[in-house]
Amino acid sequence: MNENTIAAIKELLYKMADDLLIIGHRNSEWTGLGPILEEDISFSSMAQDKIGQAQTLYNLLHELGEQEPDTIAFMRNANLFHNAQFVELPNNDYDFSLMRHFLYDHADQLRFEMLAHCRYEPLAKVARKVKGELKYHVFHGNIWVVKLGSANEMSHNKMQAALNLAWNYALGMFEEGPFEELLKSEAIFEGEKSLQEKWLANITPILLKAGLSIPEPKTWKPVLGGRKCEHTAHLAPLVEEMSEVFRYDPTANW
Amino acid sequence: MIKSLDPRITRAEIELENPIDPLKDLDQWETYEVFHQKKRGDQHMHVGIVHAPNAEMAFIFGKEQFGRRGMSVNIWVVKTRDVFTSDYDDSDIFDTVPEKQYREAGGYKVMEKINKYKKGN
Repeated sequence: MNENTIAAIKELLYKMADDLLIIGHRNSEWTGLGPILEEDISFSSMAQDKIGQAQTLYNLLHELGEQEPDTIAFMRNANLFHNAQFVELPNNDYDFSLMRHFLYDHADQLRFEMLAHCRYEPLAKVARKVKGELKYHVFHGNIWVVKLGSANEMSHNKMQAALNLAWNYALGMFEEGPFEELLKSEAIFEGEKSLQEKWLANITPILLKAGLSIPEPKTWKPVLGGRKCEHTAHLAPLVEEMSEVFRYDPTANW
Repeated sequence: MIKSLDPRITRAEIELENPIDPLKDLDQWETYEVFHQKKRGDQHMHVGIVHAPNAEMAFIFGKEQFGRRGMSVNIWVVKTRDVFTSDYDDSDIFDTVPEKQYREAGGYKVMEKINKYKKGN
């Protein structure tokens, strides 16, 4: 692989891993505070899955010459993270957290699915390995969204409001990077545009079943910047809290 | 406001005087019995109970409560109220008169061989 291709793969890995780490951390903030015990355990367990997936991707970055996974995860400041702003937003109420989980996980599942046969074999291998976890995460999101979207007026309104609030941020997950063409021509990744189309095709029937409406396309205004390390004021305190213990003694053996 | 060592609690801005409404009757979801299967072809075994509003949710909860360590290939969930149970007062139906050794494994002729083998080791 030439230098350009490696740079392109790194860019792809950074945004995927940072999305996973940040949403994993956000979702783990529900641990112990979830709406019911069974859901608390399920949501926490999935948050752990995401952090594990992030770690696997940081490992690949390390193999490509970046720093140790723990160093990448815990020693960078917020202005070096490549996650979409969507995943750093505070949890709000459970409706928003669930809706974000639903919208994010559909994209995540598709992205890994598209990578399962990519030409960069180490990533293809990871994509095949996480298939089952992602499938469950998507089951979980679908079942909740359909249930709450159609249960009663209050739950329906809350889920619709959460969808409206999340929408433009969710579109920001598909912000294009500088390597779209290269990744495509190198048979590594088909591109954000293609991912967004597949995503829309997957979530539309579920939202329809839930009785929820996707905002009018003419109102769509993707919130961009995250991939270029531009973030909301919410990310810095999250990173600080997440890495507090690690930074206390970076050389400690865990 | 409650100030806690756990920053999430402090952030939640919970009033110190926070009267909790007692739960009304039937405020809980009903329960489902969860059975898992360790490998295809095995019997499903009862592993526990989850609260859920429908079978699909019982399935996603059951999977994560009892199957997250990767020991299952399949799950059944059954509404607890659909399970017909015998009464503990009737436990005596399981008592049986002892003079029927021929019905027990220990009554088979092969037991002699097994005991002989055990002694030999």
